[in-house]
Amino acid sequence: MDFLVTHAPILIVALPLVAAFVIPLISIGRAGDRGRDIFSLAVFAFIAFLVAILVQNVHTVGIRVYTFGATAPELALPHGYMVPVRIIFEVDSMSIFMGIIVTTVALAALIYSLHFMKGQTGQARFYSLMFLLYAAMMGLAFTGDMFNLFVFLEIASIAGAGLAAYRTNMAEAVEGGFKYIVISAISALLVLFAIGILYAQYNVLSIAAIAHYMQYTTLDMIALGLLAGAFVIKLAGAPLHMWAPDTYTVAPAGATPIILAASYMSMYALYRVTFTMYGGQIDTTAIGWIVIIVGVLSMFIGVMMAVHQTDIKRMMAYHAISQGGYMLLGVGVGLAVLADPVALANYGRDAMTGGIFHIINHVFYKALLFMTAEAIFFRIGTRDTNKMGGLARNMKWTTAFYVIGALAISGIPPFNGFASKLLIYETVLKFSPVLSVIAMFVSLVTLASFAKVFYAAFTGPELPAFREVREVPKSMIIGMSILAACIIFLGLFPGLVVDNIVAPATNALIDQAGYINAVMGAVP
Amino acid sequence: MLSKIVRTVANQLILFILIFGLYVIAHGHLTPGGGFQGGAVVVSGVVMLLVAFSSHDLKKSLREPVLSIMESTGALIFAILGFAGLGTVFFYNFLVGSPIFGRVPPTGPGPGDFWTGGFIPLMNFAVGLKVIAGLSAVILAIALFARGEEMEE
Amino acid sequence: MEHVAGNFPFVASALLIGIAFYIILFKRNLIKLIMGIAMMSSGVNLFIVALGYRTGGNAPIYTDVPPGPMVLSVPQALTLTSIVINVAVLALMLTMVIHTYRLTGDIDSEKSRKLKG
Repeated sequence: MDFLVTHAPILIVALPLVAAFVIPLISIGRAGDRGRDIFSLAVFAFIAFLVAILVQNVHTVGIRVYTFGATAPELALPHGYMVPVRIIFEVDSMSIFMGIIVTTVALAALIYSLHFMKGQTGQARFYSLMFLLYAAMMGLAFTGDMFNLFVFLEIASIAGAGLAAYRTNMAEAVEGGFKYIVISAISALLVLFAIGILYAQYNVLSIAAIAHYMQYTTLDMIALGLLAGAFVIKLAGAPLHMWAPDTYTVAPAGATPIILAASYMSMYALYRVTFTMYGGQIDTTAIGWIVIIVGVLSMFIGVMMAVHQTDIKRMMAYHAISQGGYMLLGVGVGLAVLADPVALANYGRDAMTGGIFHIINHVFYKALLFMTAEAIFFRIGTRDTNKMGGLARNMKWTTAFYVIGALAISGIPPFNGFASKLLIYETVLKFSPVLSVIAMFVSLVTLASFAKVFYAAFTGPELPAFREVREVPKSMIIGMSILAACIIFLGLFPGLVVDNIVAPATNALIDQAGYINAVMGAVP
Repeated sequence: MLSKIVRTVANQLILFILIFGLYVIAHGHLTPGGGFQGGAVVVSGVVMLLVAFSSHDLKKSLREPVLSIMESTGALIFAILGFAGLGTVFFYNFLVGSPIFGRVPPTGPGPGDFWTGGFIPLMNFAVGLKVIAGLSAVILAIALFARGEEMEE
Repeated sequence: MEHVAGNFPFVASALLIGIAFYIILFKRNLIKLIMGIAMMSSGVNLFIVALGYRTGGNAPIYTDVPPGPMVLSVPQALTLTSIVINVAVLALMLTMVIHTYRLTGDIDSEKSRKLKG
């Protein structure tokens, strides 16, 4: 057990990679489809167990550093070295928070896909790509090294584009995947350019070492601009969000939640670079206001474009952009007051907690909504709300899950959206009342658009074409109910979650010195 | 399919290209090269075969299950070599000091000794195997696809 | 002018990235878009290798190297990784363009679009 706890960071990233390459061998062999499903579930259950024990370990022991190839895992700075020269993984509370989100959503999506993918060709590649995407996202969460960040970002982009364009017999699917890979390739090249600039100045690649040696020169400002621009493109922030509706709409059902989680991994990378690598030396007010403006634009443009969509999944994709704006707003307010200790203690810390709590809430209810939309598509073959009607009679479970998801996204009390949105409203009100009013207005329009789709698709007289439509198969219901249970739990006990998981994450982001000391030791 | 002269010369040359590619893979820890570079050289030989013979004929020799197994095996050998040092740390060079590739070379310039480097030459072989299988599959799939056929019949 | 001559690799890299941005933004043919991305990756790789150069240095390999300083070796490893990743990305993009051509009969990005709004 100690062995598992010590080596958990690398096992969580390496085991899915091994599984991704074993799955084609199993499929060619005699075990076939059934063996592959059982193998995937077994490996994923073990990895979820490892994530659980790592969560417990990070919250009791502190930041975990794992060095590759040294003589002991924590030995980032061996005797006589001034800078860390090996590749390191550095797991702090914010990293493991993102890890919890990704693991839960991937587990639900895997169970959902078991039946959904039957009848498609090349299924071994689908599961391989899902494991690769999961491994890349966990690597992105745990990495302590800038170049490893670039490599895992590219692996996640390639695997995500392969998954998005999976249904190659439909022209829209290939178009969505193509847009995703072009955008990701360009933003990854910008990240590589910025890494080159940082390496040329400081000769080190690990995040803690660059943070230690950082003097904020003009070249560093250019590097920050490139990195921030690349990550805003990847997380579908407002002026650069054009790829997101196309890609989220066409991805097959089990893959959309994980590609969505990959966008929020880019948001995590943005926070890691801004808070931890640059830290207190940048002009936090200016950069904070830029993040706030991107957030407000995302909220507004996302919800306004979502209201008049007729394709149900495209509407949900635009809502994903809009909710991403909430997270940027919360953390942006925290970043803007980072230099002012009174305001930070008063409302800055709570704003950041609200923004980070919104990440976990949003990924859960958005994944549930995407799964219900694809369940409808699975049964009736269309995503156009003008053609649907009266589905609540035959698909009772799907309707219930849609109602839970729609109430959660609008911020209605017993569900989890309410808790995080309330935190954001209250703290942003103290910072600037106009932003809070805009946030509440966006929430109202969100509720309106989901209510409109509910009346159009689920209630109303039964259409003759849909008379024989039955409920979706059991594995899909189990996948959706895992997420619904998490939403209800987070809604009923938000204090529990915030104190134990979210508040340590906020503290880990604000506390730059602890991150550096975990690697560099007591080097002055 | 090109003329008989081209096909005969391609049949003879592929052996030299293969040997050169394997040389670049094997000496990755001494001279410039390594897994990906040597694999790319071998794949350029495969492209030469693809141009000389048509993709339809090459599909009979490079079948898709064989390439898939080769690729997965290369990746698995790489991962197993990483896990083998897990007694200490992942990727710990556990072969230093052992008779296989275990000699420690003197620091500074000098003629290279092949039996040094720990598990790095073994990893070069694994990566080379994966790159050969993977890139050949990509090139063959694109060539067949552009003609309207698929790779698995 | 001697600043340009002394820093010629960086000027060339900036030119490559600039021309590649122009191609990506303004050309409509999908194959030209892919060529633009390949050119941009070449520019960024050239930038990274060029920043490792030290004047009068030899290759960073110990086998039979003449005495003297060596150039930095870490940027060469970074560039190699980047080249490998870009090969995979270009292969994926080319496959998708072939699919698009088969399904819509056109590789002009304006005419083969189906997702709008």
